[in-house]
Amino acid sequence: MQTDQLIADLAGQATRRRQELALPLWLAAVLAPLLAFAVFMPMLGPRANFVASLSTVRFDMKFVLAGLLAVAALAVLAALARPGRPVSSRMKWLAMPALVLLIAVGVELLVVPEAFWPARAIGRNAINCLIAIPTMGAPVLVLFLYALSRQAPTRPAMSGAVAGLAASGISAFFYAAHCSDDSPLFVAIWYPLATAILVAAGAFAGSRLLRW
Amino acid sequence: MQPASSSKLQGLDDLLRRALAGDEKAYRTFLTDAAIIVRRFAAQRMPRHSAGFDVEDLVQEILLAVHAKRHTWRPGEPVGPWLFAIARYKAIDAYRRRGKRIEIDIAGMGDVFEDPAGAPTAVAHDVSRAVASLGGRQRAVVSALSVEGKSISQTAEELDMSEGAVRVAFHRGLSAIARKFGRN
Repeated sequence: MQTDQLIADLAGQATRRRQELALPLWLAAVLAPLLAFAVFMPMLGPRANFVASLSTVRFDMKFVLAGLLAVAALAVLAALARPGRPVSSRMKWLAMPALVLLIAVGVELLVVPEAFWPARAIGRNAINCLIAIPTMGAPVLVLFLYALSRQAPTRPAMSGAVAGLAASGISAFFYAAHCSDDSPLFVAIWYPLATAILVAAGAFAGSRLLRW
Repeated sequence: MQPASSSKLQGLDDLLRRALAGDEKAYRTFLTDAAIIVRRFAAQRMPRHSAGFDVEDLVQEILLAVHAKRHTWRPGEPVGPWLFAIARYKAIDAYRRRGKRIEIDIAGMGDVFEDPAGAPTAVAHDVSRAVASLGGRQRAVVSALSVEGKSISQTAEELDMSEGAVRVAFHRGLSAIARKFGRN
């Protein structure tokens, strides 16, 4: 077949609408927290003193960090999803949650005596955290990967990794309501480790599933 | 970028917007113009002297990708960066796959040499000569479809190509054989 022939064939399909299920990225972003919540409630649920804890800064800070991560990662993902969109300027947004976490850690180190640092950092839920965040994040990651596959990411592995980052932010947001360890020292060690699992899974899956 | 091609790119914005609204004629003009831009891109970027690489194959693959992913362009955004990002992605893809295809070709030749059925018949010899005259991708597709009798979807999966690209390579391969060996 010659190129002219191909062009004629394709032009004839100008009006053909795709029948496959289209899931816009914004819709996936709206559905993702609902999905994570649906897994969270039967699996973990909020901790007993949830409402009382809302008045403590350390507890609230976990939601701020997870929320910032989710929003920043979704903003980058929206740029990665379509060809030719500027990505690097949005990449900088990812520094926001990292910066806030660093400040929180700094303040915690100042206000808490050194003797308590190890206990705060290791906490009581380290293993739970490493299991729960990837487990709740996995269906969210699948949702994002599906939405991305309907788009045209020209960097499949990177897109999958950022999808993992966004899934982790959403998952961590709910896990924070369950976990009784509120110290930024705990958050700065275990949450990023749990996130790394989802990012690696996303990059691996993305490099295979997101090619077109 | 030269002024001529940047004004051409601006024209593409309008054409693609009308095409997405269902204007067939605008879509045909858009694809024709895009093919010219993309062909120049492909000829510049790809290693020219590499065996088995066909610029026109790459152009067609890019056009198929543009068609399949045309919903990812939004009216109001410039077409240029979008089109070049797709072209670049497909060029890298084609380049990587060419590396893989060499392995496939060698494996296929091994089968021919070790075939216990003995000396090939005249017809089989002619077929393999015709197939062997093709370049890498076309050879792999034509050999899979007409010699090994595989289905299009199976071939697409094995060669890591889309079904549309398999069809394109198959037709181009057959017409190349017809030009070389047919009716002379």
